[in-house]
Amino acid sequence: MSRKFLMLISILLVLAVLFTGCSSQTSTSEKKILRTNNSSEPGSLDPALAQGTHESWILENCFEGLMTFDENGNLVEGMAESYEISEDGLTYTFKLRDGIKWTNGDPVTAHDFEYSWKRALAPETAANYASILYYIKGAEDYNTQKATADDVMVKALDDKTLEVTLEAPTAYFLELTAFYTYFPVNKNVDESNPDWAKDPSTYVCNGPFKLIEWKHNDEIILEKNPDYYNASKIKLDGIDLDILEDQNTAWQKYQGGEYDLLVDVPTSVVDELKSKNDPQLEIGLQVGTYYYNVNPAVKPFNNAKVRKGLSMALDRQTIVDKVTMGGQIPATGVVPPGMKDENGDDFREVVGELVKYNPQEAKRLFDEGLAEEGMTVEDFNNQGFVLLYNTSESHKKIAQAAQEMWRTALGIEIGLENVEFQVKLDREQSGDYQISRAGWIGDFMDPMTFLDLWWSDSAFNDVKYNNPQYDALLKQAKSTNDQKVRMKAMKEAEKILMEDMPVIPVYFYTQPYTVKSYVTGIIKVPVRYPIITYADMTK
Amino acid sequence: MAKYILKRLVLGIITIWAVITITFVLMHSVPGNPFATESRKIPENILENLKKKYGLDKPKSEQYIMYLENIARFDFGESMKSSSETVNQIIARRFPVSARLGVQAILIALIFGPALGAIAALYQNKGPDYIAMIISIIGVSVPSFVLGSFLIQFVAAKVDWIPIGGWGEFRHTLLPSFALALMPLAQFSRLMRSSMLEVLGQDYIKTAKSKGISRFAVIMKHAVRNAILPIVSILGTTVSDLVVGSFVIEKIFGIPGLGQYFTISVFNRDYTLIMGVTVFYAFILILAMLLVDIAYMLIDPRIRLTKEGH
Repeated sequence: MSRKFLMLISILLVLAVLFTGCSSQTSTSEKKILRTNNSSEPGSLDPALAQGTHESWILENCFEGLMTFDENGNLVEGMAESYEISEDGLTYTFKLRDGIKWTNGDPVTAHDFEYSWKRALAPETAANYASILYYIKGAEDYNTQKATADDVMVKALDDKTLEVTLEAPTAYFLELTAFYTYFPVNKNVDESNPDWAKDPSTYVCNGPFKLIEWKHNDEIILEKNPDYYNASKIKLDGIDLDILEDQNTAWQKYQGGEYDLLVDVPTSVVDELKSKNDPQLEIGLQVGTYYYNVNPAVKPFNNAKVRKGLSMALDRQTIVDKVTMGGQIPATGVVPPGMKDENGDDFREVVGELVKYNPQEAKRLFDEGLAEEGMTVEDFNNQGFVLLYNTSESHKKIAQAAQEMWRTALGIEIGLENVEFQVKLDREQSGDYQISRAGWIGDFMDPMTFLDLWWSDSAFNDVKYNNPQYDALLKQAKSTNDQKVRMKAMKEAEKILMEDMPVIPVYFYTQPYTVKSYVTGIIKVPVRYPIITYADMTK
Repeated sequence: MAKYILKRLVLGIITIWAVITITFVLMHSVPGNPFATESRKIPENILENLKKKYGLDKPKSEQYIMYLENIARFDFGESMKSSSETVNQIIARRFPVSARLGVQAILIALIFGPALGAIAALYQNKGPDYIAMIISIIGVSVPSFVLGSFLIQFVAAKVDWIPIGGWGEFRHTLLPSFALALMPLAQFSRLMRSSMLEVLGQDYIKTAKSKGISRFAVIMKHAVRNAILPIVSILGTTVSDLVVGSFVIEKIFGIPGLGQYFTISVFNRDYTLIMGVTVFYAFILILAMLLVDIAYMLIDPRIRLTKEGH
């Protein structure tokens, strides 16, 4: 009898332990954990090797550069406490904050920064994004094996002072130091274990959150970093990011209450929410332009009037309203809205509408251009020209709309051809195309992030645009920190570019995302994915 | 038997070598490189650094020999797109997930498919036959992305304890296993129906019946055992297809399996990963075919794998 009694007691005890276990579970669920979807598996969580938003969204929460974006979306000092810029705008001296630490307890020093930037530039590292460090004197030469690491002009003068010398005055250099390729990595950790970024247990970072778990293709878990110097500003206890590629499934999960925020929202859903004026939907600004490359090596596309005719025949308002439907903005130039000029006015607004829809004028210009090339519309149609795009439902719909608009306004037939994006790149490279789809997302908040694309030597200049006048203006803008001079030159440059129309801008990207009503503090800086670092939840 | 298996293994190795060679030639003959991204072109000098890092600057013949050497050591190298994992790690971590779903799907298909087909044959041109055939037509003709989206929208989103997607517990596997199973289930039931009809008309069934054996015993012992052979013969390819995962099902349900890598690796021109998953699939296929042939012999003693018996 007593034995049975003992057994009963022990069962009860075990149950009690189990239930206490459960109740402590309940208290963890009261923690503020933001749940969302990262939509793609990161290729690497090493800042030097990261390539896109599916990596940077996590890195920006785990790391912090010399500068950073604050809870209002302003660029402020991050790891740096202060900075000084020399008269000539070439030398930057950063003083680091006191008490900044890595997640393993080491202090963050200027040596870490020097080490990290040189590491990202090292040819052996083969960082895809190394070119964003080329503003630093000697950086490009080191990356292309024409110089050594010692020639890169970034130097830790002591633990707290970092001196950087640039190739040329760069008005947006401070903002670049908030970009992920400029994030520091822990020198000691990287030297002793180069594979530290592959495993959460060896992952060392310096930002508001730390990496707790990385289940490949499944889930990434971040936890608040209590040692972060600005931890009082961070309201979340953690961020859980699913890695779920399918947009529709992700949307179902958001709707089912499994996510608090969703960035990659299916187009059909955006359209529906927009028409219902649903308060969950935010259409964030993004600095990106969707455009068509026109190959000037193919007659009659060498003629600017032909290119301008094609451009003027596009009814961009209809394309964004009826085709893309994600709240995009009809393009009026190559530089998207959101960038400020020297007076704090919007660059786009000040420069004005350089691209217009005008079917009559389009037809007139197009025919005139054709005649100058000794061609008729019939000759044109006999050539079998095609618009090349990489296979995707959305590119296809836009291409079909453009095809129809060209047919109606100009009476021309342009075929459509879709290929895999790698094949498209290959054909663009070899000049084997007439018109091809392209797009560009800016890296920093300065018109130069777009205008630089068509500088004659640019690696991204697909159409091989070459106008000495344009180059001279860009050179002028790159030679000074005087915003007045820079902006004037860039405004002039954009006008010249749109007069020559080597590319036909279609629309400016936007970034629609949905947020549950109880989530606050999500900010959208145009050059970033929505910033979730300072989010709060009042559920 | 041992001699037969040894022979098959040698043939298998030759097959894998052929697979490696063909894959190598094909993947290097399509335009593109592993480092291109959709959003951004890589400047030429940085591309050179990347090629050097992954040995792509070497002559193709040298790269080919290097692949062969590494594969002989079961080392598929580092993924060129995802530097956080090696190809071996990618396969080792994702395959168990896909295999689990695949095995569950195979079990569902094997339990219900032949049963459905047998019932259809026994009730030929009657109600149950029509119902079974409607199910198998749906199974064969509805594409998995339609079925998957349908299940998410109308089952997962409505039933609380069935998750919408993701991976972890048994309940996460329910819908994807079912979605994967429907196609082979339908195939099995159609095969079973036709072979069962054929077997039921054979003399030995009549003999068995006339001996007074119960209807149930006749069907189970004589009819089903013979009728199931065609299913066993396609089981090898079906099993190997299912255990390596499905691109569509894994994408829709957000499952961290291997299936998507067959497509993504090619799309990304991730050479090492393409080679890894292709060789791995070839290996699984060869293994499954061998097992099926052995199983065949066990089920049907008339079939001999070697000539020893004669």
